[in-house]
Amino acid sequence: MQDAGFGYHGGAPLLSGMTLSLQPGSFHFLTGPSGAGKTTFMRLCYADLLPTAGRMSALGQDMRGLTRDGIAALRRKVGVVHQDPQFLDHLPVAENVALPLTIAGQAVDMAAMRDLLGWVGLAQQARAMPDSLSGGERQRVALARAVILSPDLVLADEPTGNLDWDMSMRLMQLLIELNKSGKTVMVATHDLNLIRATKAQVAARVLRIAGGELHLAGADL
Amino acid sequence: MRLPKLNRRVVKGLDLRTLLTALTGEGASGDRIVPPTGFTAHLTLFAAGAMAFLAVFALALSLATGRLADRWSESLAQTVTVRVSAPAGQVEPQTEAVMQILRGTPGVGEPHLLTQDQMADLLTPWFGPDVPVDALPVPRLIELPIADARDFDAEGLRLRLEGEVPGAVLDDHTEWRRPLVTAANRLQVLGILSLMLIAAASAAMITLAAKAALAANGQVIRVLRLIGARDITIATAFVRRFTRRAALGAGVGTLLGLLAVIALPDLDDSSQFLTGLGFQGWSWLWALLIPLVAAGVGFLATRWAALSMLGQVR
Repeated sequence: MQDAGFGYHGGAPLLSGMTLSLQPGSFHFLTGPSGAGKTTFMRLCYADLLPTAGRMSALGQDMRGLTRDGIAALRRKVGVVHQDPQFLDHLPVAENVALPLTIAGQAVDMAAMRDLLGWVGLAQQARAMPDSLSGGERQRVALARAVILSPDLVLADEPTGNLDWDMSMRLMQLLIELNKSGKTVMVATHDLNLIRATKAQVAARVLRIAGGELHLAGADL
Repeated sequence: MRLPKLNRRVVKGLDLRTLLTALTGEGASGDRIVPPTGFTAHLTLFAAGAMAFLAVFALALSLATGRLADRWSESLAQTVTVRVSAPAGQVEPQTEAVMQILRGTPGVGEPHLLTQDQMADLLTPWFGPDVPVDALPVPRLIELPIADARDFDAEGLRLRLEGEVPGAVLDDHTEWRRPLVTAANRLQVLGILSLMLIAAASAAMITLAAKAALAANGQVIRVLRLIGARDITIATAFVRRFTRRAALGAGVGTLLGLLAVIALPDLDDSSQFLTGLGFQGWSWLWALLIPLVAAGVGFLATRWAALSMLGQVR
């Protein structure tokens, strides 16, 4: 993004002057106080919002020129995990994880599905319904769904916000593994302990949003 | 970990192929992204069934009146009648004179003078079986079959009879045939109009049901869009489901309608208006089109509803 900004409903910009380039295979944290605009920034990244100022492109595509189908295509290349992930409650876990394949008209490789569920530690919950899962399990199902199409970029918006420390670190381990397999990962969080613990295992850059602007955090983290 | 690679195959479009796959049951896994919604499912099934039931009768009416108009036009145009009314002593000579003229008229067959018994049969419905035809001043009736309508000149014959046999009147049935045929044709138009109204009402109800289903599944749509579903993909799942429901409901309604038509009282041939209210020969096949048309209506209505509603959601 180049000097990008965003304001809701044409009002005063919440974010402005943001310039950033994510290198493929990098790991970034996005931090800042509550209400600073972390979620807005993440939504801009997967085209749920479009910048109202400046230029922004993702995976080689200018965001402001995207058609509705173009946005959909972009989202299939970006895996997203939210703090409160939503599922299709009438489908079991395995079918929820396979949704990106289903909507792309692709057949589900059951062996790959077992591998994926095993990777997130949910092999036994394949037939469980989403409303029977714990918070940590829901986050891991969301992560599995986010990566099933092997996206180039994985965005996680406060993925550990509802999890205890052990479960948070377990989820972070999965994100670190993804990064080590070559994926670009960005995690929005205000949990500095989580950032420190993760930075001990992976070379991560930390970005901070403050006063509506994006900064590279210092060595204090 | 083994992750499937992104297949860039174009997702299925919302076209006639979608309609066919909905009817054949293909694409069921994609349809599962839409949760089964009881209320809209029942509404669609019931509306399609009821409309198909009514459509069977509207179609039967339309086909029957069409046949009736054709039958009246054809059978009455195949003969004309000459009525001879004359004083008692003049009846026989004038009748013979008319027969002579008719035999020499181009485009006609052999004239047939109705016997006393045949006259009695004609009068029986009005006067009962014991009618004394001999005692009544009944005119003589001559049936004249038309062999070749192109050679037959009804107006010329009428003028000749007026000139040569004053008591003879030619009746080519036009006077009462025309309003009957007109009435039958109008009934046929009303039948077709009813079919169109039934299709429109079905489309409106299915559209409402589809919109209700879409509105009730806002979370589903948000989830699907978040993971990269195109509008056409989401719409296709709804369209397939509603198309199948419309076809199924219409199939049941059509079957019940056909059974009801079959169960109509079987009157004798003299009451052909009522006995004609049904399907004959190949016309049964028209009724089989009703479920297909209902599926098409469901397809178009849901397609329009889904795409217009999805277009309003980012």
